[in-house]
Amino acid sequence: MTETVPARFQDPQTIQRLLHDIRTIAIVGLSANALRASHFVGFYLQRHGYRVIPVNPRETTVLGERAYPRLRDIEERVDAVDVFRGPGAVPAIAEDAVAIGAGALWLQFGVLSFEGAAIAERAGLDVVMDRCLKIEHARYLGRMHWLGFNTGVITARRRLA
Amino acid sequence: MTDPEHTFGFSTRAVHAGARPDPTTGARAVPIFQTTSYVFEDPESAAAYFNLQEYGNTYTRIMNPTLAALEERLASLEGGVGAVAFASGLAAQMAALFTLLTPGDHVVASSALYGGTVTQLKHLLRKLSVALTFVDPDDGDAWRAALTERTKALFAETIGNPAGNVLDIEAVAAIAHAHDAPLIVDNTFATPYLCRPIEWGADIVVHSTTKFIGGHGTSIGGAVVDSGGFDWSNGRFPVVAEPSPAYHGLAFHETFGTYGYLMKLRAETLRDLGAAMSPFNAFLFLQGLETLALRMDRHVANASAVAAFLAKHPQVEGVRYAGLPDSPYRDLVRCYLPRGAGAVFCFDIAGGRAAGQAFIRGVSLFSHLANVGDAKSLVIHPASTTHRQLDDGELTAAGIAPGTIRLSIGIEDAADLLWDLERGFAAAREARS
Repeated sequence: MTETVPARFQDPQTIQRLLHDIRTIAIVGLSANALRASHFVGFYLQRHGYRVIPVNPRETTVLGERAYPRLRDIEERVDAVDVFRGPGAVPAIAEDAVAIGAGALWLQFGVLSFEGAAIAERAGLDVVMDRCLKIEHARYLGRMHWLGFNTGVITARRRLA
Repeated sequence: MTDPEHTFGFSTRAVHAGARPDPTTGARAVPIFQTTSYVFEDPESAAAYFNLQEYGNTYTRIMNPTLAALEERLASLEGGVGAVAFASGLAAQMAALFTLLTPGDHVVASSALYGGTVTQLKHLLRKLSVALTFVDPDDGDAWRAALTERTKALFAETIGNPAGNVLDIEAVAAIAHAHDAPLIVDNTFATPYLCRPIEWGADIVVHSTTKFIGGHGTSIGGAVVDSGGFDWSNGRFPVVAEPSPAYHGLAFHETFGTYGYLMKLRAETLRDLGAAMSPFNAFLFLQGLETLALRMDRHVANASAVAAFLAKHPQVEGVRYAGLPDSPYRDLVRCYLPRGAGAVFCFDIAGGRAAGQAFIRGVSLFSHLANVGDAKSLVIHPASTTHRQLDDGELTAAGIAPGTIRLSIGIEDAADLLWDLERGFAAAREARS
């Protein structure tokens, strides 16, 4: 079993606020292979109106967007950094996320790095860990409930707040 | 927004989970989406849905909004990450197994299962070149001894049908996990109101929703609920973890993480086996779930009264209700079924087969039929009906004698049930004299 992730890194309020507020997402480890999980997530986020910036030194273009070798090479504002790399790579990515003024560090399923999270938290970034950005979007704003998944949403309101 | 400080209770989720008001019409009840297919916004969206890059409706054999509400509600009540509905309980459990098995694999199952399940496992798995070993579900050493290098699943019922044995879920789950295999539990007889196997370590829960979930004997259906906790990437399940040839090379576990097994179950197994639930049946199961807690309390109270009555009756040789104080499963009931041991159980009538048949002829409120978990009380003689395909050895292993009578206790007035049973006993006495 994996280590227990503190609840504040999976807080539904924080996740929903981020989904509403962020617009530009740098995806570190975004693959050009359409069958990789990172590609699924990038494709989905683009479809739902987010600007996706690929960070991958092995690619020049992914999902129609110019790919950058490192976060620090990006020349525009980044709201959130979404990470598809091994946990060992996370502390350096967190330092880069702080350096470029990103507002949030989002670590995908299985990307557990408490060291990286601490670096981002100390600089005031929101941190989400061991959660999928696509699934959380689908859970609260999208159509995950169309496929029988347990979204945890209980509401008698016609539209989700 | 959801409030992380608040957790909704079982009865609230039984009424609300999965059923957000329809955003287009405002309909408060879950609409019956009686449609085969769904109009796509544009070719790009259609492609994204079929590629599973976006959650979208394509065809009711694979998904339907009415079914989705039922699936989410069941997942919420069982504590799973999601569910997939099927046309029947047997279709659901076969799909659960089919998704994770390959030819040459091996399954270990309880010997005290519903007769239809025994037949399904014994004959259908063999046709798929999957080996099978039945074990006494009460014997932990028997479970362990049956495991082989190719064992890919352990299968049992929370409350066995019809012998009423109670599974030590935590113990059997530990045996399964030590072997890197999932434990699949059929929770039909307990329902998530009485027991939630996932909380005790079960990886997959299957249901015949036909029974207490529907609750009114109107519809056939089933479901698979996944805990999301099993590690399909442990090296033993390339069929789930590796790129799938049936889905243009998609690796379900890597791509969908916790949801990988369920996506494969839906997008491949349900798509290809085709045993989809009808939207109207899903609607009736949603109606049933809304009153599950209320009904189960009444089912259990009536069952306890009937079992106590039978235990004292001079024409009864034995009552196998796990809720009785002298049941060998007393401690397991206290642990796993604190709200009651369900409402389906057997007793053995003195006088064997002839007395059993006279008894069934003598009752007039209990319905003589092959189902359980109805609001109406039901009675059947397993040896000549539900378990007819079993030979004598298998009958004994399933805890059934020639004079065994199975009852499914409904939600009528308990006094009327006792009155009717007494008429059955009178008929059995007359038959003997």
